[in-house]
Amino acid sequence: MTTTATSAPADSELPRLRLDVAPLLVLPILALLALPLVGSFPTWVTLTIAGLAMGMMIFIMASGLTLVFGLMDVLNFGHGAFVSVGAFTATLVLLPMQGWMQADSVLLNLSALGLAVALAILVTGALGWAFERIIVMPVYGQHLKQILITMGGMIVAEQMIHVIWGPDQIPLPLPASFRGVFLFGDVAVEKYRLLAVAVGLIVFVAMFLVLNRTKVGLLIRAGVENGEMVEALGYRIRRLFVGVFVAGSALAGLGGVLWGLYREMLTASMGADLMVLVFIVIIIGGLGSVGGCFIGAMLVALVANYTGFLAPKIALVSNILLMVAILLWRPQGLFPVAKR
Amino acid sequence: MMLTRILSGDFPRSRILALSLLIVLAGLALAPFLFPGARALNVAATICIFILLVASYDLLLGYTGIVSFAHTMFYGIGAYGVGLSLYKVGPTWGAVFMGLTIAVIVSLALALVIGLFSLRVKAIFYAMITLAVASAFAVLASQLSDFTGGEDGRTFSVPEVLRPGFRLIEAEVFGTAINGKLITYYLVFFTALALFLLLLRVVNSPFGRVLQAIRENDFRAEALGYRTVVYRTLANCLSAVTATLAGALMALWLRYAGPQTTLSFTIMMDILLIVVIGGMGTLYGAAIGSALFILAQNYLQALMRQASDGLTAVPVLANLLHPDRWLLWLGVLFVLSVYYFPTGIVGKLRNLKRS
Repeated sequence: MTTTATSAPADSELPRLRLDVAPLLVLPILALLALPLVGSFPTWVTLTIAGLAMGMMIFIMASGLTLVFGLMDVLNFGHGAFVSVGAFTATLVLLPMQGWMQADSVLLNLSALGLAVALAILVTGALGWAFERIIVMPVYGQHLKQILITMGGMIVAEQMIHVIWGPDQIPLPLPASFRGVFLFGDVAVEKYRLLAVAVGLIVFVAMFLVLNRTKVGLLIRAGVENGEMVEALGYRIRRLFVGVFVAGSALAGLGGVLWGLYREMLTASMGADLMVLVFIVIIIGGLGSVGGCFIGAMLVALVANYTGFLAPKIALVSNILLMVAILLWRPQGLFPVAKR
Repeated sequence: MMLTRILSGDFPRSRILALSLLIVLAGLALAPFLFPGARALNVAATICIFILLVASYDLLLGYTGIVSFAHTMFYGIGAYGVGLSLYKVGPTWGAVFMGLTIAVIVSLALALVIGLFSLRVKAIFYAMITLAVASAFAVLASQLSDFTGGEDGRTFSVPEVLRPGFRLIEAEVFGTAINGKLITYYLVFFTALALFLLLLRVVNSPFGRVLQAIRENDFRAEALGYRTVVYRTLANCLSAVTATLAGALMALWLRYAGPQTTLSFTIMMDILLIVVIGGMGTLYGAAIGSALFILAQNYLQALMRQASDGLTAVPVLANLLHPDRWLLWLGVLFVLSVYYFPTGIVGKLRNLKRS
């Protein structure tokens, strides 16, 4: 150490990674391009905020999946099950607590939501742990079996939801103070969407801080980059992986609660239906990259909202078109992870 | 020997397996005479079509090691191609062939594009892309209601020979009327049988060997000089076309094409379950698996209903055995079979002999 220290200039730092700006610019450019097309400014703001809210929810659900893939090369096709389970678990709290939910007080509403979210996170986290131990662990490194087995796991989980909560759809009304819209001049913004954006931002910032400012985060990032090296340095990457898997499942549960309240109707297949979007998002973002996942989620949601307004027929396939466009530009996704 | 040529040298290699295959074959061949009734015939026709559909999927999953979730898309293209063509043009054979040709071309083009686009990369990538494309296609089919009939699908008439009202001969044979429905059934049966034997030929050809080599170790296959992308794409196209033909048969049989019977994700799950439970990497698995699965789907549920009704006193157990929950048990069976007998029923039967 001392020899290198003397030979190198004192103020030299490690060579910094060049910040990859281009993908970051796509988002504002897309939003600005849409403005003249949409025509009216208030509509544009409404569409954009709706898109951001949807994007945040998708990001919450997708972030865990992409990290799990990056860290351990495991792609969980059953991730959608956690979304459904999270949403259905929330009903255990929200439906008996209708009193708090319908009260005209933000505090009571929020605490009911908070309790529901806490329970959903606990249950999906525990389920994620069991899922990892029972379903995924025996098939590390075998992609074909992973896909099949996690798919099977999802079928079982979905059917168990039917067994426990019955085969019918469950309506889940929004709490009183999050219904309706805020009016800023001509701009109407649904209150619940603002809440979703806020929660999404909190999750993103927290995740960003954990990944970039803590030792665990350092290990996770190093593990994504080169797992063997981290193991060689004496860290148990398997244990780290279980932690990430549980956290990812819990996030999916949180996303499920948000999504369920957003749609105000729960079906057991809601998670599986969302998986298509989630996969597109993590492909666009670059498998394993959290930042890419965030931008991908926003892109998918914004494009879906804009095209839904401008050309409803195209909106049905807008996600696929977006994915094709991005992959033609960057075949590995927006932020390719180094080793893949 | 004759049999060797027909089976392309790929024998069942197990007495019980050979016997069950013979039972399936004989049962399907004589179904209209052995099991009278519209429902039984419908089950038999569904089994024929599913054997073909699942066998074509096995070419991808079992032989080449590619997981695709777009197989129902090709199946649906076949059904919609024939269905919409009959609906627009009218019940002629020309319309059937026109629809079939268009469907095959569309399927080939789609399979080629998706294949070239994503088969270069990992299995996982392909699985995700096909999932996305297939779901977009399903949404498209149900939304373009002017063209496809939307969620309701399209009901259409088939050429006259295939209509139930048509009589080939007035007399009944063994108590069964020789009507259009019977002719349709045998059209389905013999087409499925011929295509199944063709697939058997393909997987036992040198081409099939290369596919298996790619499944076992694609890097090594590439190193031996086989262009894996080309082989994978070819297998993908072949499988897509076969699925399209299966879809066309289904449309002719049902005289209906709609999203629920062809494009839904449930059918994709069914195919996956059948391939894995029947046995990956052997076409006989598709035959045995489809027969068992479709029979269970149609008749096991009645059994479960009885069990569930008998257990109404025990709340959770009654729910577990509710006939709509039979997918739960299949899911469990699926997970267990991926772990403990990845070669499925056929592999189990073949091992039985060896030990």
